[in-house]
Amino acid sequence: MDYERIKEKLSILADAAKYDVSCSSSGSKRKNTTKGLGDSSGMGICHSYTEDGRCVSLLKILLTNHCIFDCAYCVTRKSNDIKRAAFKVQEVVDLTIHFYRRNYIEGLFLSSGIFKDADYTMERLIQVAKKLRLEENFNGYIHLKSIPGASDELMREAGLYADRLSVNIEIPTKSGLKLLAPDKKHEDFIKPMEKVKNEIIQYKQESLFIKSTPKYAPAGQSTQMIVGASGESDRDIMYSANFFYKKYNMKRVYYSGYVPVAEDPRLPALNSKVPLLRENRLYQTDWLLRFYGFDIRELLNEQNLNLDLEVDPKLSWALRNRHLFPVNINRVEKQLLLRIPGIGLKSVNKIVQARKFRKLNWEHLSKIGIAMNRAKYFITCDSREFEVKEPSSEYLKNVILKTSSGKFRKETGTQLSLF
Amino acid sequence: MEQQAVLSYDGTLEGFLTCVFTAYEEKLKVVAINASENTTQQLFTASYEVITHSGKAKRVWLSLKKKTSAAGLRDLKWAFLSEISQMEMQLYRMIRYILAENVPVDRDFSHPAVLKVAQAAKKVGREKHRMEAFVRFRRTRDEVYFAAIEPDFNVLPLIKSHFKNRYADQKWIIYDLKRNFGIAWDLAAVNYISLDLDPEVGISGAPEAYFHSSEIAFQQLWNQYFTSTNIKSRANSKLHLQQLPKRYWKYLTEKNL
Ligand code: SF4
Repeated sequence: MDYERIKEKLSILADAAKYDVSCSSSGSKRKNTTKGLGDSSGMGICHSYTEDGRCVSLLKILLTNHCIFDCAYCVTRKSNDIKRAAFKVQEVVDLTIHFYRRNYIEGLFLSSGIFKDADYTMERLIQVAKKLRLEENFNGYIHLKSIPGASDELMREAGLYADRLSVNIEIPTKSGLKLLAPDKKHEDFIKPMEKVKNEIIQYKQESLFIKSTPKYAPAGQSTQMIVGASGESDRDIMYSANFFYKKYNMKRVYYSGYVPVAEDPRLPALNSKVPLLRENRLYQTDWLLRFYGFDIRELLNEQNLNLDLEVDPKLSWALRNRHLFPVNINRVEKQLLLRIPGIGLKSVNKIVQARKFRKLNWEHLSKIGIAMNRAKYFITCDSREFEVKEPSSEYLKNVILKTSSGKFRKETGTQLSLF
Repeated sequence: MEQQAVLSYDGTLEGFLTCVFTAYEEKLKVVAINASENTTQQLFTASYEVITHSGKAKRVWLSLKKKTSAAGLRDLKWAFLSEISQMEMQLYRMIRYILAENVPVDRDFSHPAVLKVAQAAKKVGREKHRMEAFVRFRRTRDEVYFAAIEPDFNVLPLIKSHFKNRYADQKWIIYDLKRNFGIAWDLAAVNYISLDLDPEVGISGAPEAYFHSSEIAFQQLWNQYFTSTNIKSRANSKLHLQQLPKRYWKYLTEKNL
């Protein structure tokens, strides 16, 4: 191996891949039953964190940053004057294996600029995955980026070796896509998604009857949307996300605050800030949809096109729905417990367990670890003192903001602080 | 005045469970349970040196099992590995509470001992998880992948199976420098081992005498990757430090090469 040359390629091709935020390596069931290398049957592990606070769990690189397309928001775009490089298939295989053996990573996330055409590029991505599985007996995690426009046959093959497949929609509205990625068509994203979804469904049916059915993309598919590049509202973004979750059984939708990479009249200026707080609010909303039983229309609608940046979306929802509160912690059913600001999934479970033994009071609740500064205005429990009975929502919001200044104002990471 | 008992034992989980058995058997009013070194004679207390007895330990464990959820048993075990001082007394109080009640109470977090034990277990769990993430193997000259760690809590017994499942086809050793023992996979089984380590071996880097000629190159490649994957315009050092506390940096090739 020519380490210096590989190092140079790594610097170029990791740099270009870093804007893809998907990093999760969980949700697959690929047990190491072959006495080979690797196991992805557990939860994903973050092996390190970048200085911007994102988790490093996969070797995330491009196969090449040559590209025939010219998407305005992308560093790899044809018209950008940058150094280009390409990995050989075997080089990616070697890097993955050597990094994995040292416990640096959970696996590989391989994406690519478009070399010649979609199929040619997709084929090479598949070759990497195939070598890892068949020649190296590798059971670690593999996430392949599907190239928009790749054929159905290749999408089928990709899913046989990868744990997860993703096509990044990037721009949440059709009009934005037309403006910023003129070479791409909406259908080019949808077609591979549809194919993957159908293959997964078919796999699930067949595997009921035929034990030997080869696994197909066991960790499902995901997609990513860039936030703040094309003037879309939070409602546009989350309704798209909701559509992908429902229609294509997405495992995850990722939201990525736009990092300016080009001087272009169609885009925010080069010195504009990455909308980190907005990104965080979108993730929180995503969680509310997936784990808290909220319907998207409760959180975003005609009256609320954008999320409140000052307070988290659950608190914001609760402030708009004061007629449902306060609820009695010791009696209210689980669905409503989940909707109390300041109480997360884990606390809900603890409350449900603990209230079997005794009626809970303020002290129990704060010991359980719920965020009392928010929750106390929305609940009653086995304590006498109540908070101010009927303050206006506006007043409440201010009080909560004041008592939680540190936490809310400085909350800028993508690491979620969840309710 | 009822006499108070201070028990000492050998520091093992079996030893501790034997203490519990002894306390019940002899109807002692236990005020402290210590791993043997730190026993001091006190007025009005009787000291008992408890000899580990696996049969007695097992009986305690089995009766606990009947009344405790899997999560509760895990908490007891993990909190024990925390080595937090006086944790034995919390464990003892929780065990008494469990055995006294007819319904399972190991999830009753309004009971102070149950809560303390759960909190300690949580800390241990967090470090277990961190060690699964932060162990950095280095390839030695004789093709064993070697990692050294110095965790706050005694987590080696808890990470054994994780690494066994993951690295079935390579020999490896994970060594706890603080407690001076390690776990070693020889392609057939994981064993506990104790080594005389040259301090040169350290926690990262790759002194030639011990490590494969390509080892440093891969550490540098990893460093390059770590640097190139960072997005400067999103810098957030507070978050970074929160996720990667400084005390772990010494393990991390990318922070410590
Ligand atoms: S096709 Fe992909 S790699 Fe090429 S410019 Fe567009 S987004 Fe970038």
